[in-house]
Amino acid sequence: MEEAHDCCFSIATMITIFLLVVVIRVVYVFYRTGKPLSSKSSKPRSTLIVLGSGGHTAEMINVLSVMQKARFTPRFYIAAATDNMSLQKARVLEDSLADEIQDKKVPAEFMQIYRSREVGQSYITSIGTTLIAIAHALWLMLRIRPEVILCNGPGTCVPLCVIAFLFKVVGIRWSTIFYIESIARVKKLSLSGLLLYKLRIADQFFVQWPQLQRKYTRSQYVGCLM
Amino acid sequence: MGWQCGLKLQMGEIEQKRKTVFVTVGTTLFDALVKAVDTEQVKHELQRRGYTHLLIQIGRGSYIPDKCEGEGGSLVVDYFTFSSSIAEHLRSASLVISHAGSGSIFETLRLGKPLIVVVNEDLMDNHQSELAEELAERKHLYCAHPQALLETIADMNLESLLPYPAGDAKPVINLINRFLGFPDD
Repeated sequence: MEEAHDCCFSIATMITIFLLVVVIRVVYVFYRTGKPLSSKSSKPRSTLIVLGSGGHTAEMINVLSVMQKARFTPRFYIAAATDNMSLQKARVLEDSLADEIQDKKVPAEFMQIYRSREVGQSYITSIGTTLIAIAHALWLMLRIRPEVILCNGPGTCVPLCVIAFLFKVVGIRWSTIFYIESIARVKKLSLSGLLLYKLRIADQFFVQWPQLQRKYTRSQYVGCLM
Repeated sequence: MGWQCGLKLQMGEIEQKRKTVFVTVGTTLFDALVKAVDTEQVKHELQRRGYTHLLIQIGRGSYIPDKCEGEGGSLVVDYFTFSSSIAEHLRSASLVISHAGSGSIFETLRLGKPLIVVVNEDLMDNHQSELAEELAERKHLYCAHPQALLETIADMNLESLLPYPAGDAKPVINLINRFLGFPDD
C-alpha cells in the first residue's frame, strides 16, 4: 500500500518537474524570440521562403532580388499545392542567379504544401483542412529544418511558423522568423499576420504602411516593397 | 516609295488618334465592373473624353458586353476572357480601369498609366479596397465602386494624378541582416 503510494507520488513529482521544465523552456523561447542573434558571423543560413499567390509572390520576389544570396543558402521554396505560378516565378529567379554567378548549381529546392484555407472557404471547414495542412507541414519542416524563415502572408505560412516555434521549444532547430505583411494591408493585419503577431511567433514583424505600425506597435515600418 | 511613305504617315496618324481604355477583372470574374463599363452613359462619357477604343478583359464572368466596330464614329468595343499578354494591353492603353488586386494596380502604376480601380463589393473578405483607397488618397489613382464609375470618369482630372515612386526592399533586407548578425556591407 505504502509502496504504491510512494510510486504514485514519484510519478506525480516527475510529471510536475517535466511540466515545469517545459514551461520554463517555453518562457525562455518567448523571451529569446524577437531578440537579435548574438553571433556575428557571415556563415550562410539555410532559408525557407514561403510563397503565396499573386501579389504576395511579387512582393517576395522583390525582397529576394535585393538580398545577398550567399548569406541565405541553401534556399527552400514552399507554395500551396494549388498554386503553380509562384514556384515557377521563384524558379525563374533562381535560374537567373545561376546564370549570374555561373555556378554549377545554386542550392535551391522547390516544394508544394496543402493549403489550410482556400480563398472564400468558411472558417469552420477550414479547421479540418488546417489539421491536414499541419501534418504535411510537419513532415516538410522535419526535412528542411531552416535557420531562417521568410514569409509574407499566405495562410500556408501559419502552420510552418507554429512548427518552427515548437522546434525551438524542443530544441530541434532555432529558426528566426521574419514576417512581412502584404502591401495590400493598410489598416488591418491579415488573419495570418494577426495570428503570428498576437502569438508572438515572428521574431521580426514588418509592415509597409505607417498607420499599420502605429496600430501594432511591436511591428516595424519598412516602406513599400512594390 | 511615295505611296508607302504616305501609308506609313496615315498609319501613324491612326495610331496617334487611337486612345484605348483597357478594362481588366483579373484572374477570376467581376461582372459588376463589366456591366458598369458596358453602359451607354459610360461609353458616351469615355468618347466625350477623347477615347476611341474600349477593350475589356472579362475573365470567367457570365456577362458578355456588346461588341462594336465603331460604326458612325462610335467607340470601338471589344472583349476577351484571358490573355497571357495583359502587360502589352496595359502598355498600349491610355487609361486603365482595373479590379483592386495589388498585382494589377502596381503593374499599371509602374507603367505610369492613369488608373481607375473599381472595388468589388461582393468579395467576402474585402480588404482589397484598403490599398486602392490609400493610393487614391495619395493621388496615384482614382478609386470607385461600380455604381460610381460614371461620375468618376466624368469628374477625373488625369493631370492631378501623381507618379508612383518605385518600391524599395533594401530597408527590410538591412533589418533582416542586422538581426541575424551578418556584418554591414
